[in-house]
Amino acid sequence: MKYAEEFRDPVAARAVLDEIAKVVDAIGATAQDPVHIMEICGGHTHAIFRYGLDKLTPDGIEFIHGPGCPVCVLPMSRVDECVELAERPEVIFTTFGDAMRVPGTRKSLMQAKADGADIRMVYSPLDALEIARRNPDREIVFFGLGFETTTPSTALSIQQAAREGLTNFTVFCNHITVPPPIKALLEDPHMILDGFVGPGHVSMVIGVHPYDFIAEDYGKPLVVAGFEPLDLLQSVLMVLEQIRDGRAEIENQYARVVPENGNPVSMAAIADVYEPRPSFEWRGLGEIDESGLRIRPRYAAFDAEEKFGIGYGADRRVVEEPEGCACGAVMTGRIKPVNCPQFGKGCTPEMPLGALMVSSEGACAAYYQYGGARAPEAAE
Amino acid sequence: MCLGIPGQIVEVTDADRMMVMAEVSGVRREVNAACIAQGPLEALIGKWALIHVGFAMSEIDEEEAAKTLEALRGLGEAQETLEAMAAGDAALEGTA
Repeated sequence: MKYAEEFRDPVAARAVLDEIAKVVDAIGATAQDPVHIMEICGGHTHAIFRYGLDKLTPDGIEFIHGPGCPVCVLPMSRVDECVELAERPEVIFTTFGDAMRVPGTRKSLMQAKADGADIRMVYSPLDALEIARRNPDREIVFFGLGFETTTPSTALSIQQAAREGLTNFTVFCNHITVPPPIKALLEDPHMILDGFVGPGHVSMVIGVHPYDFIAEDYGKPLVVAGFEPLDLLQSVLMVLEQIRDGRAEIENQYARVVPENGNPVSMAAIADVYEPRPSFEWRGLGEIDESGLRIRPRYAAFDAEEKFGIGYGADRRVVEEPEGCACGAVMTGRIKPVNCPQFGKGCTPEMPLGALMVSSEGACAAYYQYGGARAPEAAE
Repeated sequence: MCLGIPGQIVEVTDADRMMVMAEVSGVRREVNAACIAQGPLEALIGKWALIHVGFAMSEIDEEEAAKTLEALRGLGEAQETLEAMAAGDAALEGTA
């Protein structure tokens, strides 16, 4: 059976799966009336499909794939702004490779690079800093993208640039934070969520307490989870046990990596360099209060928005999704990827129409790659 | 980009900038250790850490490092990260 091949410890995996089945029965969840569990992190979405956890677990569990894939929630207008910056002749635009293929209204960064813009994929903002040191006559812009996992890296890089007195390095800050969209989803009257599997590496930075409101204000359980398939199964079991017992707590399955209070150096750097924007646009979810970060005025010299007059503050137009693209409905759990009319037709990982098809952490790409529909033979 | 990768710290390269050399799946890469440093950087030599986009973010033990690397390989994330590191090196030279 599949779990025997995929799990390092198949006996342990079987034991957890058996326990999950018992708890699902105790709750009384069925395929017709399932428990809805959202995995927030795109890495977890990828792992669930890669290891077929959606098929190994009972029909009474419905996984809802959350908004935790930063390129998937990136609005097209942000991509347009990246292209606009990159096409300036003095600019070397540096970015994580993940952002290259996200469609904009005019073109993606990949297309802009093919058209001659100096766009360089880097591993780290530290690479961008080094490019700035080596090219004093050029303007180096780094595309600050991602959740709390990547935010410390750009904050620390800006602090370093300030210490060195670099004048040709800026960050185009589009960092976003995990808790606000969860709050927005919980406020959505159409959303029926029973519990959450929380992100592991984000929590390594911010700790577990930023999720307290989920239990305290909304009465839902959340379990911070690691990335091994067994971690995910154990975390799902912990969520289910809370539901069975009528508890709503924030638990930490990944305590071997995630400290309760996060990483203090990272948190201090983020607080020093960034402040929340009043609101920020998410693809498929719309505007969400205090969900994005901007560079504080004291670091304005390193803020691409300030230096080039391009960015969220300068342009508030909302760009419509492409015709037939249902990323928004998928993102909020209203439809499954396969129910999008463009899925696998006008939208594939090779030629993505919507952002959820771009990254391996996007729900649509995961469905496409691994076949997310529950296989009939898995039903018991 | 979102998932960290385990690396073993092998030497201090630039203490002023908090930079150390880490070995990640056989590839050596200079990373920033500010987030895990407690005292002199030399104390980190031989230790394992989860590295996120060039920053060591959390010290882990060797067994956790091995398990995490295996999980990342299963997802294709380890290869992606190593490719991103190579792309970053090329970007410095303006060849990527």
